[in-house]
Amino acid sequence: MQAFARLLDALSFQPARNAKLRLIETYLRETPDPDRGWALAALTGGLDFPSAKPALLRGFGQEKIGEELFALSYDYVGDLAETLALVWDTDPAAGPPPSLAEVVETLQRATRAQTPAILKRWLDALDSTGRWALLKLLTGALRVGVSARLAKQAAANIGNQPVDAVEEIWHGLEAPYRPLFDWLLQGAPRPQSNAGAAFLPAMLANPIDRAELASLDPAHFRAEWKWDGIRVQVAASGRLKRLYSRAGEDVSGSFPDVIEAIDFEGVFDGELLVRRESGVGPFNDLQQRLNRKTVTPKMLKEHPAHVRLYDVLWLEGQDLRTLTFDERRIRLEAWIALKERPRFDLSPLVTFADWGELAAKREGMRADGIEGLMLKRGDSAYLSGRPKGPWFKWKRDPMLADCVLMYAQRGHGKRSSFYSDFTFGCWRDGVEGGRELAPVGKAYFGFTDEELRWLDKWVRDHTTKRFGPVREVEHKLVLEVAFDGIARSTRHKSGVALRFPRISRIRTDKPAAEADTVDNLLRLLETASLPGVAGNS
Amino acid sequence: MATETLNPRTWLYPTPRGLYCEPGDFYIDPAFAVPRAVITHGHGDHARPGHRSALATPETLAIMRTRFQDMPDTDQQPLKYGESVRVGEVEVGFAAAGHILGSAQAVLAYKGQRIVVSGDYKRRPDPTCPPFEPVPCDVFITEATFALPVFHHPSDAGEIGKLLRSVETFPERTHLVGVYALGKCQRVIRLLREAGYDQRVWLHGGLLSLCKLYQEHGVDLGDIAPVSEAILETFKGTIVLCPPSALADRWSRRFADPIAAVCSGWMGVRARARQRGAELPLIISDHADWPELTQTLKDVGAPKVWVTHGREEALVHYARGLGIDAEALHLAGREEEDS
Repeated sequence: MQAFARLLDALSFQPARNAKLRLIETYLRETPDPDRGWALAALTGGLDFPSAKPALLRGFGQEKIGEELFALSYDYVGDLAETLALVWDTDPAAGPPPSLAEVVETLQRATRAQTPAILKRWLDALDSTGRWALLKLLTGALRVGVSARLAKQAAANIGNQPVDAVEEIWHGLEAPYRPLFDWLLQGAPRPQSNAGAAFLPAMLANPIDRAELASLDPAHFRAEWKWDGIRVQVAASGRLKRLYSRAGEDVSGSFPDVIEAIDFEGVFDGELLVRRESGVGPFNDLQQRLNRKTVTPKMLKEHPAHVRLYDVLWLEGQDLRTLTFDERRIRLEAWIALKERPRFDLSPLVTFADWGELAAKREGMRADGIEGLMLKRGDSAYLSGRPKGPWFKWKRDPMLADCVLMYAQRGHGKRSSFYSDFTFGCWRDGVEGGRELAPVGKAYFGFTDEELRWLDKWVRDHTTKRFGPVREVEHKLVLEVAFDGIARSTRHKSGVALRFPRISRIRTDKPAAEADTVDNLLRLLETASLPGVAGNS
Repeated sequence: MATETLNPRTWLYPTPRGLYCEPGDFYIDPAFAVPRAVITHGHGDHARPGHRSALATPETLAIMRTRFQDMPDTDQQPLKYGESVRVGEVEVGFAAAGHILGSAQAVLAYKGQRIVVSGDYKRRPDPTCPPFEPVPCDVFITEATFALPVFHHPSDAGEIGKLLRSVETFPERTHLVGVYALGKCQRVIRLLREAGYDQRVWLHGGLLSLCKLYQEHGVDLGDIAPVSEAILETFKGTIVLCPPSALADRWSRRFADPIAAVCSGWMGVRARARQRGAELPLIISDHADWPELTQTLKDVGAPKVWVTHGREEALVHYARGLGIDAEALHLAGREEEDS
């Protein structure tokens, strides 16, 4: 447990992806089974036991140091698990600290009534980092900035395997994953995939623009609309029915409506959308459904999920990934035609004779729910990762707005000495007359290294106030901000939320007073939501 | 030793310029220049320039001369630990505080009553200064920087171990360690040496003069050199010490993909460590943690305790629970930065 605690502790402070990988790899290599397996399960979100209630932790703390001191302590620290971990004393008489395996295996067997006494014994035996990790594990939220994908990547790295090789067999494995480590580190045979409901690593596309297209032969390519939803994989085999994100995370729990509607076997590639009778909803609608622990009937009714299919990877017990795109497409269309399924439909091909015609269709399409075109070679096999050449995404040109820089924050890692996270705003009528800036978004990329150095200096030279790592600056610098979409938002002060904003140009030539208004942005929102286009299928 | 009738607040009390001792006509660690000052130690929020006369340990006076251009206009009165001197009607002595080199508790005796102004202190061993000496007294004035039960500073060796393990894990990166220039810097170097680290420790220019002064006082810092003298050095796998403010400064851009480590008692609380941008927080403090503060109240056995700068509320609450007559004493000009 102490080694795992040190790992979580280091991860929680380390912002850089590669450094996080290194920390996890070192841990997995140096820690024996079954502890490392349980750690991998914890990092991939695969551990589940009855969690400790906040009231229990609060009671422990009050018992230890009294109500008054515990209240002062909690008030200062701001996190219940951390407060308890800090105020508890290690008792040298409590014996050796438990191993991670002991913790997990004991908790899985313990009844709710037994848990408090067990917990106290462990708190006595662990040091404060150990207590913190234990309580984080118990309260169910590690929050150390590690995705399941990253943890699997680290596991793959220790055996010099590509992450997809781990991903393909992942859902057939169970914690503490001894066969996985035997394969990765001892040269044992690779565990068998439970074909069917396993996640098959997704094939990704490279970006392309109009100029680059000129060198490609249009006859070799098929085009589809690029839907503004979430790339998913639907996998079903026997009683197993699953929905995966493109990174292989099992998101079935958030979309019971889709899972229930699966009445087939196979593995399909498609786009998860919110679709009502009126058509496909904007990305913002889908966001309402993401990362929800509980899905309410109201949410299911108001934001019904739907999968628009564009590829088939496995059908009737057969792996189709080595077939060409055209061959798979014939199988997919034939399969769809067999039965009508309200939650699933086909993403249509967009026909075109040459790039000019396709460009015109792309220009004419301003529909909500479409963010450009996908181009796929008709002879392309389904390959994992992002191979160069077979698939391209030709995104719609971004929307642009001129915004005024309001705040800057220092970045992390290599950028920790640079002001590199920028909050910008647009004008609106102030409460007390006159105009004021309302923040509309935050961006931390889009600029070159040289521009970053320039921005950093500008921020340092024009600071008006400091709040920790954040500086407020004079409202003088105009930034042209590019973004892929816009939606109304009740969570943002300005009432709008930009999708994927980035800095496209620094407009030193433009006075701040001439920057865009929030009203201008709202007008973009109206043109972006023209009705009627969603029925394109 | 207590006189029932004498209220200690009549002869020692806070003023806007600092804590004032009336029968001795001097201030202790005043926030502004005064005619007569008694200085407990050399940190900036305790030792300020411009006093007409300053009574302090010889080491503290040496530190002040280093920081304040020799102080030719101040009458410097050195007083060693264990010795005492009469100032007005008050007997003033110094006892070691274990905080940094030269740090002292001011022991004031007047009309049979004894007040100890502890200044900043800690109880755990520090290789750069003598340990805190508990002095029995009628009134004990304690700091409260880390006076909450959440502050249990772990062992120094364990924290230095964390740093060395990180250097091993990331041999191609520079470990930039943010340390306060006076005390923390030299203690961290000594702790590294005690852990067996014998390679060169690189220093930000702002740390040099005080390291030199510690060396002159017999603290062996081993192989140290300023970053500015490096030739053909990539700093990969090295440890570089700098003031905390330099971690996010343009100065840090010269290093190989640096990891920001910060040494401070605040690093025990994760939100505080994140605010400071620490990627490797090391809980190394020159202040007493909660167990040390509460143990000290028991050790000095004072019936009255005045609590200054920090989280007074919790320590006052705790002391009252022990039957001590405790109250908060609000002093001007105290900062958290050197913790």
